[in-house]
Amino acid sequence: MTDPTITATRPAVRAAIAAGLSVTRRLGAFVSCLCLLGAGLAVSMPMLAAPAAAELRIDITKGNFDPMPIAVTPFYATGPSEQDVASQITGVVSADLERSGLFRPVNPAAFLQDSASLQAGPRFADWRAVNAQALIAGAVKSQGDGLIRVEFRLWDVLSEQQIAGIAFSASPQGWRRIAHKVADEVYKRITGEEGYFDTRVVYIAESGPANRRIKRLSIMDQDGANNRFLTDGTNLVLTPRFSPTAQEITYLSYVGNVPRVYLFNIDNGRQERLGDFPGMSFAPRFSPDGNAVVMSLAQDGNTDIYRMDLRTRRMVQLTNHPAIDTAPSYSPDGRKITFESDRSGTQQIYVMDADGGNPTRISFGQGRYATPVWSPRGDLIAFTRLFQGEFYIGVIRPDGTGERMLTRAFHAEGPTWAPNGRVLMFFEEKPSGQDDRGRIAKLYSVDLTGNNLRQVETPQDASDPAWSPLIP
Amino acid sequence: MNLKFLSMAAAVLLLAACSSDGEDSSLAASDGGYNSGANAGSNYGANGSDISSSSMQGNVQPGSQEDLAVNVGDRVLFGFDQYNVSSEGQQILSRQAEWLRRYPSISVTIEGHSDERGTREYNLALGDRRATAVKNYLIAAGISGSRISTVSFGKERPAAVGSNESAWAQNRRAVTTIN
Repeated sequence: MTDPTITATRPAVRAAIAAGLSVTRRLGAFVSCLCLLGAGLAVSMPMLAAPAAAELRIDITKGNFDPMPIAVTPFYATGPSEQDVASQITGVVSADLERSGLFRPVNPAAFLQDSASLQAGPRFADWRAVNAQALIAGAVKSQGDGLIRVEFRLWDVLSEQQIAGIAFSASPQGWRRIAHKVADEVYKRITGEEGYFDTRVVYIAESGPANRRIKRLSIMDQDGANNRFLTDGTNLVLTPRFSPTAQEITYLSYVGNVPRVYLFNIDNGRQERLGDFPGMSFAPRFSPDGNAVVMSLAQDGNTDIYRMDLRTRRMVQLTNHPAIDTAPSYSPDGRKITFESDRSGTQQIYVMDADGGNPTRISFGQGRYATPVWSPRGDLIAFTRLFQGEFYIGVIRPDGTGERMLTRAFHAEGPTWAPNGRVLMFFEEKPSGQDDRGRIAKLYSVDLTGNNLRQVETPQDASDPAWSPLIP
Repeated sequence: MNLKFLSMAAAVLLLAACSSDGEDSSLAASDGGYNSGANAGSNYGANGSDISSSSMQGNVQPGSQEDLAVNVGDRVLFGFDQYNVSSEGQQILSRQAEWLRRYPSISVTIEGHSDERGTREYNLALGDRRATAVKNYLIAAGISGSRISTVSFGKERPAAVGSNESAWAQNRRAVTTIN
């Protein structure tokens, strides 16, 4: 595997690397495995092939300006009742791969071989003729027990080898997660990294005028599907964050105009205030083991960072400084916490031991640095930077080296990591309407390379995204 | 008739808002006038011989939020990323303390706010600093801390909408609100 160290900071350098991007290939062979997914989605994976040495490959550590052409053929429906699900799965797989920026789905109108004949195997010359480097062929069958069986195969067109093959069993309602899992498998086989398509995003849906904004806790799939409002907008809510199991959210709510940290259970909708303090509690985030929430408490005009044990509900103070210490985020091994503090005079990023010891400043560039978030891989910390009236989303190594900016905007804020640590989501705000009296807030995603900046579709304006782990 | 009354009242509000920046000796005098008696309203009515003061009587209830906003000044503004109370802010807070002494049964919440040009968590903390700075000033001016609570809204509730320095300056504020 290629060293994940970031090698380029400027677009020109990245472009030069991208120009030299090589696609290597290797043979495939067959394996099988059996998996069980949650939520009634049982997946049997009698795999038809396992990859061997060289492979069809994208090195995602290098900016990818030349997406791999991939033929996502219509999943073959073995009966009329499977037709809808088959075409929906095809669409979601294709959209996931396209949105990653690493793949360019070939226009289906150009296909020379149909899905029915693909069941007997690809005519590789036909796929080379449409310049496809990779080929996905799938089928949907009724199992007779109310479940559907979804098979897919991934082929390397040039070497004429199958490099992945999996079958999933699920209820027909589970088709969307199957599609995301197919896309995750393709991503994994070709990049060598875990995918991130079978994930969700919790965020704040916004509506109404800028001075009376209505904000609702909301959740959706990473592609914007299955959007659900979790709160009704009565109380102002901010900064939701997932637990490691993705079944709980910690967030700030102004119930009764009293801003406090809450827990929201996604399964049963229950909301619970985390502790009762004389001042505001805010900026919560789970520990990697899910047993604690780290947060800020503001008391008598001073903000420090505390850790709450969720079993005993006891609070331990981690910082004790007259400055504003806030936005804490654990390292994935739970040993360190990064946070922001204005103890130097302006907001800067610090790293300390999980017990509060050895706070060390790591940001020394021009401007202010805020909202540090540790990557799930542990190698980088993402942040918001404010400099000369503009906002940046950037990353820096935990030792303070390797700082670079991914994007810049009038107002960009609050990065969150995809579980594979290769993609970030954040939000942007813009003035709008007459005399700039309106506000637009949208979610965006961007690759760690700084490429593939995309708006994430949401039913309403949106802010404060937090990406879930891969759904178990 | 109704419209006319409203526009007159609005004119008075406007005058009051303008004069709160300056010496506002006339307002201070009328403050004293209508608050000297137990039933301030009738006192005021008896004294009021001009139109605008009688319309204030109908519009601004003494001891109300509007009274605080119009006749005292319900908010202080802060510099960018600042939470120290300016000399102008101190004058307003001195008047607030005086007003709170006049209405000892009133308790208030200080709402701290920031402009939009910062990150969410920091702005919540900054709003808390501003609200606490105002609370501490009022306590130092003799108001019991038990009558004063604070809440920060960060950048969530701008008073002025717009992406310019004028709007941002109005939004960096702490507002005293009657509970």
